[in-house]
Amino acid sequence: MSDTQTNSSVAFVQTEQIPPSPPPASEVGIVNWLRSKLFYSIPSSVMTLLAIAFIYWLCSIILPWVFNGVWDATSIRDCRDQLQGATGGCFAVISERWPQLIFGNYPADEYWRAVLALIGLFVALAPVLFFNLPRQLLWFTGLFPFIAYWLIWGGSLWVSIFALVGVVVGFFVFRALSERSFFGAIVAGIFATLLFWIFLTPALSGALSGIIPLMLVPVESRFIGGFMINFILGTSGIALSLPLGIALALGRQSNLPIIKGICVVFIEFIRGVPLITLLFVASVMLAYFLPPGTTFDLVLRVIIMVTLFAAAYIAEAIRGGLAALSRGQYEAADSLGLDYWQAMRLIILPQALKISIPSIVNIAIGLFKDTTLVSIISMFDVLGMIQGPILSSTEWFGVYWELLAFAGLLFFVFCYGISQYSQWLERQLNTGHR
Amino acid sequence: MTTFSDPPPTSGPPTQAFSLGMLINDTRYRGYTFQFIALCALIFFFGWMIWNAIQNLAALGQDIDFSFLGQPASYEIDQKLIPYTSTDSHMRAAFVGLLNTLLVAFLGCITATIFGVIAGVLRLSNNWLIAKIMSLYVEIFRNIPVLIWIVIVSSVMSQALPSPRAFRGETPEATMAFWDSVAFTNRGVYVPAPVWNNGSWVVVAVFLLSIVAIFALRSYSKKLLFETGRLIPTGWPSVALFFIPSILAFYIMGKPIGLDYPSLGGFNFIGGMNLRGTLIALWFALALYTGAFIAENVRAGILAVSKGQTEAAAALGLRPNRIMSLIILPQALRVIIPPLISQYLNLTKNSSLAAAIGYMDLTGTLGGVTLNQTGRSFECVLLLMLFYLIISLSISALMNIYNNAVKLKER
Repeated sequence: MSDTQTNSSVAFVQTEQIPPSPPPASEVGIVNWLRSKLFYSIPSSVMTLLAIAFIYWLCSIILPWVFNGVWDATSIRDCRDQLQGATGGCFAVISERWPQLIFGNYPADEYWRAVLALIGLFVALAPVLFFNLPRQLLWFTGLFPFIAYWLIWGGSLWVSIFALVGVVVGFFVFRALSERSFFGAIVAGIFATLLFWIFLTPALSGALSGIIPLMLVPVESRFIGGFMINFILGTSGIALSLPLGIALALGRQSNLPIIKGICVVFIEFIRGVPLITLLFVASVMLAYFLPPGTTFDLVLRVIIMVTLFAAAYIAEAIRGGLAALSRGQYEAADSLGLDYWQAMRLIILPQALKISIPSIVNIAIGLFKDTTLVSIISMFDVLGMIQGPILSSTEWFGVYWELLAFAGLLFFVFCYGISQYSQWLERQLNTGHR
Repeated sequence: MTTFSDPPPTSGPPTQAFSLGMLINDTRYRGYTFQFIALCALIFFFGWMIWNAIQNLAALGQDIDFSFLGQPASYEIDQKLIPYTSTDSHMRAAFVGLLNTLLVAFLGCITATIFGVIAGVLRLSNNWLIAKIMSLYVEIFRNIPVLIWIVIVSSVMSQALPSPRAFRGETPEATMAFWDSVAFTNRGVYVPAPVWNNGSWVVVAVFLLSIVAIFALRSYSKKLLFETGRLIPTGWPSVALFFIPSILAFYIMGKPIGLDYPSLGGFNFIGGMNLRGTLIALWFALALYTGAFIAENVRAGILAVSKGQTEAAAALGLRPNRIMSLIILPQALRVIIPPLISQYLNLTKNSSLAAAIGYMDLTGTLGGVTLNQTGRSFECVLLLMLFYLIISLSISALMNIYNNAVKLKER
């Protein structure tokens, strides 16, 4: 067959290659995108149209409210006069009351202290969150809690200094004993710190502040409120609950039945009751359990309960990480002759903590959101401020949506930021073991 | 055959005289020492706290006494599932609150599951716009505190809805929705209430029986398929079984079940059933919030089933809906259910935030009005924790039973 073809005269031979023709208009650009992403089938087209209608409806409500909003007014009546019946938000309440929303009833002359503490918090968190920053910054992170306490609550700097000295003393006790027994050294260090705090700090700081005052105007806890208290509770709750959570997780995994039992009961109890009941305990019950005559600051009581609450959840997250490690890791550590604490510190925990980072970050976000619950036990956090003093004031009675949207936006910015950070961190730590 | 050079017969390792130092330095005993110390510290700590509590209570002239539970509560509860008046005891008020907690938790869990499954599946949709809207829903609800959502939804219920007065007049400002059967007002939502006349139990019994029949048909068809390979249709027969017997019974018994529609009377609606705004606010706020978390679990569960499973099933010749129901879903469910249980638990615990909007749940009655009226904070908070602990532990026990049933049976 092929012979006949070669012999016959060829009428036409294509000598150059035909240039590729452009793809049909429906297969490129915006049309293709619409066809393949939005209108690829009849149900999909219906859904897309419904979604567009929904978006239009939402925008027709929200956009006029936002863009027609009044930012400069003295009261809600003033707002309504300026709007003259048109739709529009009364955002003037935010511009007028934002110090209350952020700082609560903190004295206005001392706002700089809170702002400074907030900036300090970011500087202190930076080396913890980003590993490629200079490690020397961690010194500041260590000092920050004492500085922040002094800035926010005021009083004499010597209290903070001697609290810090107590920690240093505890550290040296730990250093001196850690050769003998790691666990014993930790316990002894904590004891030394506590003893120093209880017996030496008040006396020494009282004596020295008599000589060199170094005073800031003291601010009582009941004046601390607004978004600031959410921040204080959230950060201190997470920072304090991490070590406690690790201890509880190790206790729950341990093979000592009594230790394990204590940890299991504690974790299951805390996880079984809502946070609000623990806050009730902080506000009405905790005072009963302290020696007669001791008065405990409400903020401190709430921090204790929030810490216990978060610690139980963090313990479960870390237990997940411990369980995810292969048995071989434990056995390898044993066969190297490491004792329990060495194995945990050098082999097990670094890997387990890495696995549990996403869940720990989720717990941190959850705890930060849950700090709004203190408004129920009548602390004036950002939500308590809105529902209490602002909405019940004669000027701003009935300005619900603007205030709630503002509070929601504040939380959204921070929580979304944290969750994005955690995803970034997961990619950074993904060293390909799993 | 004992010779002089043989070592003396011993059983086990050489015994060593016990010394006190071994309690710390010998790993065989160290565990016991630590546990003993921990136990002593714990007992000492609790003893110290209880001692303090006794001292404090004595100083205040109080005692621990639960008899206040028997005294009349003398406050009203607007949303109740069982009869209750203000002359009933605090105990009954707490029980009404407990039922309200369970009601909102039950409704919330079902609605949250529906929202979550829809959002989770649609977030994986090929439709770009739908997927983006669902991501937006998930991110917005996950990153804003649930208490703020509860307050927002409750403000919608109390501020944005018309008052019953707006429904009156020749040209009312507001009209009832769903063919004049449901009225959304700022005093709650009025929905038609079922009226049970004589013979209605027959209809209910037939309905329940038909549901049993559907399950029986499904398990029979599965058994038939596995034994003989013959596939009988179940879809349409199930739908028919669901509707036809009940409707037939309804008409044969002479329409025993009626609906009592709400209607305007005076300044308010009369008739029908009034769902309080606080209940609806709490229900929907919790469902939307938890739904966003469930959506993420559902998405993760579906993504966890490897693509090879779908391809293998397709290679075996299964149709797409059978691939979904026989291959993908059973495997995805195994991943979804454990986090789903903890979301249900979270929802139940978050329902205690009802206190913020005045829904009378357990926290509102026992931890709210009763606590403030009697001043017995100690007893009230203890009982409150106990109730929640029982609810949480029983939910997780039930769910764990279910989880074990669907778990992968390993070797």
